Amino acid sequence: MTAVQAVTLIVVALAGTAVVVTRDPARQALVASVFGLSLAVLFLAFQAPDVALSQIVVGAVALPAMIMLALRKIIRREEVNRGER
Amino acid sequence: MSQRLRLLLFGAGALGLAVVLAWGFAGLPSFGDFDGRYGKVLAHSAVPQIKATSAVGATTLDYRGFDTLVEEFILFTAAVGVVVLLRVQRAEDEVPAEPEAVRRPTARSGSLRSVATALVGPVLLLGIDIVVHGHLTPGGGFQGGVILMTALFLIYLGGAHMNLGRLRPLGAMEASEGVGAAGFAVIGLGGMVIAGAYLENFIAPGAVGSLVSAGDLPLLNIAVGLEVMGALLVVLGEFLDQRLLMRKGQA
Repeated sequence: MTAVQAVTLIVVALAGTAVVVTRDPARQALVASVFGLSLAVLFLAFQAPDVALSQIVVGAVALPAMIMLALRKIIRREEVNRGER
Repeated sequence: MSQRLRLLLFGAGALGLAVVLAWGFAGLPSFGDFDGRYGKVLAHSAVPQIKATSAVGATTLDYRGFDTLVEEFILFTAAVGVVVLLRVQRAEDEVPAEPEAVRRPTARSGSLRSVATALVGPVLLLGIDIVVHGHLTPGGGFQGGVILMTALFLIYLGGAHMNLGRLRPLGAMEASEGVGAAGFAVIGLGGMVIAGAYLENFIAPGAVGSLVSAGDLPLLNIAVGLEVMGALLVVLGEFLDQRLLMRKGQA
């Protein structure tokens, strides 16, 4: 294992922990995006560029965007429900 | 259940998991030691057999083309499901929250808007590049398709609503999703008619390393790219539409 691989493994472990520790869902989506990016660097360091490309676009862009949109929708619905009561 | 009993149960479970996990890890091959025969065969036959320098692309689209076909339809079905769910909800009890005339731009920060707008062109080109070189270099239809989706999403971040203004991509994206999914299946049929088996590579492979090579792989990559971009944008567009909607009586 090279030093780069070891460093990326540690960074991914730290980023993953950070995702779990973050409690606010909106903030968590952004931390998850950073985690996704660090995972992509890990894949690149382990010579899997195809997977790294998928990981960048899905893990760092598409997934957090979907989470944010879903959150937005949930919050809107809660506001509406509260208003009706 | 008492606290003590719960802790005891958890302790036994955690211990069991730790033992099985340690046992499993002990049996793993050492780091970097790969002994998959199938993988080695594929890595050595991709260039001579299919004339594709990306062994991963040759595997996903040729040797394992049928898997990719089914995966494509999974994405297609998921996107259609989201659209059906959100549209039914909207028809029932929601109306547009903002009339078109008073609609605000999506991003208030000027720098965010200019950076997003400036990135649209380069990201679009990068996506196309990744799709059409899928059989030569890392990447391919899926990765390129998601990058293309990102490029169009940047238009939204740059201040224009997805389904409004001069660029009205949502209808085109639905078409792109359908054409991509159907294209893959139809190219497979071409293999059945010309080469005798479904998804069999039926186009002359050409010279190794050139843009038009590896038979039908570039076409399949383009089909997957269209499908992935379309499906993700349709889902995104539906969600973004929802953002602009609220229930009747609230507007």
